[in-house]
Amino acid sequence: MSDITTSAALQPVSIKRHRRWHIIVFLFPAFLVYTAVMILPLVETLRQSFYNLVDGQLAFVGLANFKVLFGDARWAHDFWNALRNNLIFFAIHMCVQNPIGVALAAMLSLPKLRFVTFYRTAIFLPTLLSFVIVGFIWKLILSPLWGVTPWMMDLVGLKAFFSPWLGKPSSALIAVALISVWQYVGIPMMLIYAALLNIPDEVIEAAECDGITGWSQFWKIKLPLVLPAIGIISILTFVGNFNAFDLVYTVQGALAGPDGSTDILGTLLYRTFFGFQLQLGDRSMGATIATVMFLIILAGVSFYLFIVQRRIRRYQF
Amino acid sequence: MSKARSSNIRTGLVHLALLSYTLIALFPVFLTVINSFKDRGAIFRSPMMVPTPTSFSLIGYQTVLGQGNFAMYFQNSMIVTVVSIVLVLLFGAMAAFALSEYRFRGNMVVGLYMAIGIMIPIRLGTVAILQGMVAAGLVNTLTALILVYTAQGLPLAIFILSEFMRTVSDDLKNAGRIDGLNEYAIFGRLVLPLIRPAMATVAVFTMIPIWNDLWFPLILAPGESTKTVTLGSQIFIGQFVTNWNAVLAALSLAILPILVLYVIFSRQLIRGITAGAVK
Repeated sequence: MSDITTSAALQPVSIKRHRRWHIIVFLFPAFLVYTAVMILPLVETLRQSFYNLVDGQLAFVGLANFKVLFGDARWAHDFWNALRNNLIFFAIHMCVQNPIGVALAAMLSLPKLRFVTFYRTAIFLPTLLSFVIVGFIWKLILSPLWGVTPWMMDLVGLKAFFSPWLGKPSSALIAVALISVWQYVGIPMMLIYAALLNIPDEVIEAAECDGITGWSQFWKIKLPLVLPAIGIISILTFVGNFNAFDLVYTVQGALAGPDGSTDILGTLLYRTFFGFQLQLGDRSMGATIATVMFLIILAGVSFYLFIVQRRIRRYQF
Repeated sequence: MSKARSSNIRTGLVHLALLSYTLIALFPVFLTVINSFKDRGAIFRSPMMVPTPTSFSLIGYQTVLGQGNFAMYFQNSMIVTVVSIVLVLLFGAMAAFALSEYRFRGNMVVGLYMAIGIMIPIRLGTVAILQGMVAAGLVNTLTALILVYTAQGLPLAIFILSEFMRTVSDDLKNAGRIDGLNEYAIFGRLVLPLIRPAMATVAVFTMIPIWNDLWFPLILAPGESTKTVTLGSQIFIGQFVTNWNAVLAALSLAILPILVLYVIFSRQLIRGITAGAVK
């Protein structure tokens, strides 16, 4: 089979060889930068997770780094704490950010609603701000020193419930996650909004002819049709959350206080690899944590690509 | 009649809900900006009031502009962002053209290889990236940041641009070939002008994470002369944390460029997101 193709292709081979150079020219710069700065470092990081210093020399140690990470009491405590916090962080995003995003999109996509552009533009604005800005703004607003939050809670008679949430181990993680939700709600809103606009009018008209309107129309017709978009948002949220660092670093510092209660994998990686205050940077353990994060993200993405995406029913119009 | 009224009530409720959320989204930004123009007493006494002639003060801005090197941070951020975007667009468009225009062995494999970076974050390779930059003598240079951001932006750029390049008509390109244009001219003179809207979308998408990134400036270029605005304001605010005037002014100054760009590009950006979602 391959012989036949080769001999058939032999004839114009001189022309083809000549013409092929431009393909390489077009591909080369992107391929070079991407491979050299992204793929090779990624592979090298994964490789280094199997190496560590033995008598001052870098040597292959097999899975010893992972044994330390999961077995050593102090490492394991930090790692499982960060992983648990990261899971809570992700769960809060899924339970708060995405439903709010879907609700906003459903309202924006109502026919003949006015000021849609204004709402859309305004609600999307926080998404563009950097974590540094968002983190500090909320730190100021939630600060008991300034008194903006107690004053506003007083307006609705809830002043008694105010407490310095960012400073308490029991509530700090939830507060940070909600700040992140505030910032990113624009993304699910936009993607679902686009998906809702994409539903053909005939489908909606047919539903109306069958007497399905209002709430039941949303639950029975529109929501199933935008499920693929919700799937994409979930995986984007997952990758973003398990790779998050900036917001926690800005709001709570590299130690992710109080008492490690907001420590997630990103901040743990930073402290381990780069060192912080008295802790010295440790390249091998940094690579080990990066590898574990890589495996978690890879597992999530594969789960989405091979299981969720195949199960979701898509409708072609 | 009653049906019309109930639908009015429903529209009213929808507006109420959307307006409340808009307030939640804009209020923190608004609060920061108005308080940055007040003196210290007024910030604490009446945080909700817009600045009045008696409480108006620019002391915060004076501190920021006097103490921080914000002009230089801003310049660094501009250089890094603009050069990275140009490289992402140029290299991305070239690769997208090769992948969407020509059939060659390995086309599919190269396409998938380039797509890995859409889902796997470049941050996970930081350990080796830093080592590589140290070995190449690029630590504390803007070049290091530009290289990393170019690599980070390429996968999505190639993906979006090749989707658009498939829509350019083959007849047009073949007509160009018959008229004696070589492949480079077809790319540069026929295809590129046609996909300009897609390029603008990619530019906006690439720009935001680069401008806002804190991780790589912190690790690869923390030196004073190479700080970006994001890192510079992070450190400045950390040092001046008790000087509320300075902090609020620094935050307002950091918001400003994003706000201006958003006003200019919001339509492009939103159209880009909604068009991308359709695919």
